[in-house]
Amino acid sequence: MMRAGLPPNPDPALNRPVTLDLVRQHGLLPEEYERVRAHLGRDPTLTELGIFSVMWSEHCSYKNTRPLLKGFPTERAGATGEFGRVLVRAGEENAGIIDIGDGWAIAFKIESHNHPSAVEPFEGAATGVGGIIRDIFTMGARPVLVTNSLRFGELDSPSTRRLLRGVVAGIAHYGNCVGVPNVAGDVYFDRSYEGNPLVNALCLGTLRHEQIRRGKATGLGNPVYYVGAATGRDGLGGASFASKELSAESSSDRPAVQKGDPFMEKLLIEACLEMMAVPGLVVGIQDMGAAGLTCSTCETASRGGAGIEIELDRVPQREAGMNSYEIMLSESQERMLVIVQAGREAEIEGIFAKWDLHAARVGRVTDTGRMLVTHHGVPVADIPAPALTDGAPVYQREARRPAYLDETSRWTAEGSGLADLDLAEARAALPRLLSHPTIASKRWIYRQFDHMVQHGTAVGPGSDAGVVRLRLGHGEKFIAISNDCNGRYCYLNPRRGATIAVAECLRNLACAGATPLAMTDNLNFGNPYKPEVFYQLRECVAGLAEACRFFDVPVVGGNVSLYNESPEGAIDPTPTVSVVGLIERESHITRQFAPAGGGRLILLGGAPDEIGAASSSASSTGRRRATRPRWTWRPRGDCRASSSARSGRAGWAPRTTSARAGSSWRCARCSSARGARARTLTCPRCGCPGSTRSCSGRARAARWSARRLATRRPCLPRRARPKCPPPPSGKSPRAEDFR
Amino acid sequence: MTPATTNIAVVQFPGSNCDQDAFQLFASGLGLATRYVWHKDTRLGEADLVVLPGGFSYGDYLRCGAIARFSPVMGAVREHAQRGGLVLGICNGFQILCEAGLLPGALIRNSSLEYRCMTCELRVEDAGPAFNPGALGARIRLPIGHGEGNYRIDEAGRAALEANRQVILRYCDNPNGSFDDIAGVRSEGGNVFGMMPHPDRAFERFHPSQDGLSVARAVLAAGSAEFARKSA
Repeated sequence: MMRAGLPPNPDPALNRPVTLDLVRQHGLLPEEYERVRAHLGRDPTLTELGIFSVMWSEHCSYKNTRPLLKGFPTERAGATGEFGRVLVRAGEENAGIIDIGDGWAIAFKIESHNHPSAVEPFEGAATGVGGIIRDIFTMGARPVLVTNSLRFGELDSPSTRRLLRGVVAGIAHYGNCVGVPNVAGDVYFDRSYEGNPLVNALCLGTLRHEQIRRGKATGLGNPVYYVGAATGRDGLGGASFASKELSAESSSDRPAVQKGDPFMEKLLIEACLEMMAVPGLVVGIQDMGAAGLTCSTCETASRGGAGIEIELDRVPQREAGMNSYEIMLSESQERMLVIVQAGREAEIEGIFAKWDLHAARVGRVTDTGRMLVTHHGVPVADIPAPALTDGAPVYQREARRPAYLDETSRWTAEGSGLADLDLAEARAALPRLLSHPTIASKRWIYRQFDHMVQHGTAVGPGSDAGVVRLRLGHGEKFIAISNDCNGRYCYLNPRRGATIAVAECLRNLACAGATPLAMTDNLNFGNPYKPEVFYQLRECVAGLAEACRFFDVPVVGGNVSLYNESPEGAIDPTPTVSVVGLIERESHITRQFAPAGGGRLILLGGAPDEIGAASSSASSTGRRRATRPRWTWRPRGDCRASSSARSGRAGWAPRTTSARAGSSWRCARCSSARGARARTLTCPRCGCPGSTRSCSGRARAARWSARRLATRRPCLPRRARPKCPPPPSGKSPRAEDFR
Repeated sequence: MTPATTNIAVVQFPGSNCDQDAFQLFASGLGLATRYVWHKDTRLGEADLVVLPGGFSYGDYLRCGAIARFSPVMGAVREHAQRGGLVLGICNGFQILCEAGLLPGALIRNSSLEYRCMTCELRVEDAGPAFNPGALGARIRLPIGHGEGNYRIDEAGRAALEANRQVILRYCDNPNGSFDDIAGVRSEGGNVFGMMPHPDRAFERFHPSQDGLSVARAVLAAGSAEFARKSA
């Protein structure tokens, strides 16, 4: 039975009947519209249709990716009582949180702002930084670093140069002013991103365990506050805009791009952290990012299992005459929704008055389970809150292996007619290769970002990983962060390309002296309704999940950006990966810069005879025909690398894996068999304690410092390490032996 | 002044983002009693050195520092300076001091029109008894981070700067187009200091240098010299 509709909206323009054409314009399918009607038990009003369209967009609902994302490990198997426990898991809140020990934790997440940046690069990139910083301090954490991952077309195109200039200036404008150091990042230039740049921004913050705040509306009658900037008409429906392909008309969507005010954000950070430091004052808090007031109200209500009532007349407004549709869908930046303990209104109002910010009481928490919105005394939307969040449709899209993969997997250097370079050619090729903007130094970009503010940056951009000192009460800790993803590898083999991205990040961390802790990822793909694109997405996610499980790095949050297509087609699949690691001691920090005054260069992992998908072959032959690099589960740059096994020297594996394979082993230091101390190095073939004679110098120091963190024990003195006898049989261990 | 009696006041404007950096330079770097002063306060309280930190006061959407100079606290800062008290403006603080007329000259957009964050080598100029190469060494390294650090001054002002030895720091390799490579100046009275480079980013073990500590000491020593001169 259908319910009676709501009374007419005070703005006659919103009383148009909802037609299928309007539904389509809102990006909803006819069957999704039927679902909306079923949830409401009546036809939606135009305001309600707008609310459903943004909440059920891919950006907010993950409707096409949710089943895939369930494959990620969300817990750290090797978490100790000391650190590594996941405190807030992926998908639960605005950002995941992981324990770093001594009662402290870090919150971090990466998020994309690709579509806005393609249309209006400066504001698009700036608000991307602003949005991710809000996600972090919403959790109660003080933002201590940002990083970014950028992808552009080749620089020979004027439009790419325009986009690049705008994006870099936008990030600098926002990040520098807010005062969060930009300590790491990666930039690739490739044709596939022509017209559809990728702008992924990450923020990390620190907090005490007891400071964790949730985006939950609880406590009947608790007042709901709107704090921060006033609402304007900018960014109307940005979430739905981000959930469609870019076209020639996209530039007319400019009102869908928000405008950022970093000064306002800085005040908001300080005011919110001050407010959250008051015990018991804040019940729940959520930023108004994508889908603005709509998303923050229905998500907090849905998470809290409560209802919420808001009065739009009380919402601070930048312009006169805004109607309910505009106020609910505006994505004006620098706004937060706060649910405060009843009776303590004066405290929050006092704090925000100190910072000269709006704190308007716009509503209250109810027990109806519904989101009720009134404007000029008339109810304009009345929706069961869970219908917007958990009630969103979930799709299992069709996947089809793209035909190009057959061709690329058959590719060989011999067959392609690539001749070996003679010395002269190699000499000429090297500078050409090094001058490609993807490989060359990115100093010209990162010198525009403030990477030293907060005086905690120990290793800034330009090295493998950024290292930041966290000042935690009277103590301190060092963390390292690295992001990466080679889209070309993922195009050529989605599953292995994704695992390579994780492995590369972990190598970066090892080279900084850090033990990996947790990961966040940003899945940048094309239109998931195209089966080939969905195949890439599914395979990349599977690859990431596989690598995360192998290396015991949980995913604590992330973001999905689909529909990254320009008229030329989909971008290369780009699952940007960012891993955070913990450095136990300052002396473990290593940099990639060669110190002055000699030293030796050591190549670890050998130099395999392969050229597939390398930048050199891409620039000379066109990347679409190359194959990905070879990949084994024995990570390169480690003594387990295949070269040592091939040469008959010992290959090494962590105790845990060799034990799993059933071989006998003995701890190198305490000599106990199968003792409680895991992860001691032992030879997988003979079980004797490990030697490191194949590695030395700085690289060994980096590897050992990472290992020492894992074992939490001092390294044996060099001469005390016994040599490994030759293998008992001629057969070398294979990767499979260690699984 | 001895460490036990030296009081440092760090002014917090809305949008200051190096306030903690400056605080830690004096508190943990030099072990001095340091506290914050809110921009709405009209009194500084007991303070031997007032620090105006870096950042983007009031967003700096107008000329940098143009709004901050009208902050309630600036009246007290001006009085403090006029009494001969020490004032140090770092980056945005330098811009505010120029806007407030406590230091000569003005700072405009970098000649590159871009923000620059890097570590610079600086020449320490002989600027009187305290702030001179003898105390600091002829060359120091300090990070910079600014979009508007291009120092400008008219001919008469330049002549006065030279005559009074008011230039304290010069860039060895000019990163922003500053006139005459000027990176920092002091007031004629020798008690107000302004510099674009950040001593508050050069004092920890892992920083590019620890020269920020000597700069901070040199500023404090100027106070002692001033004190000695007055009491003589």
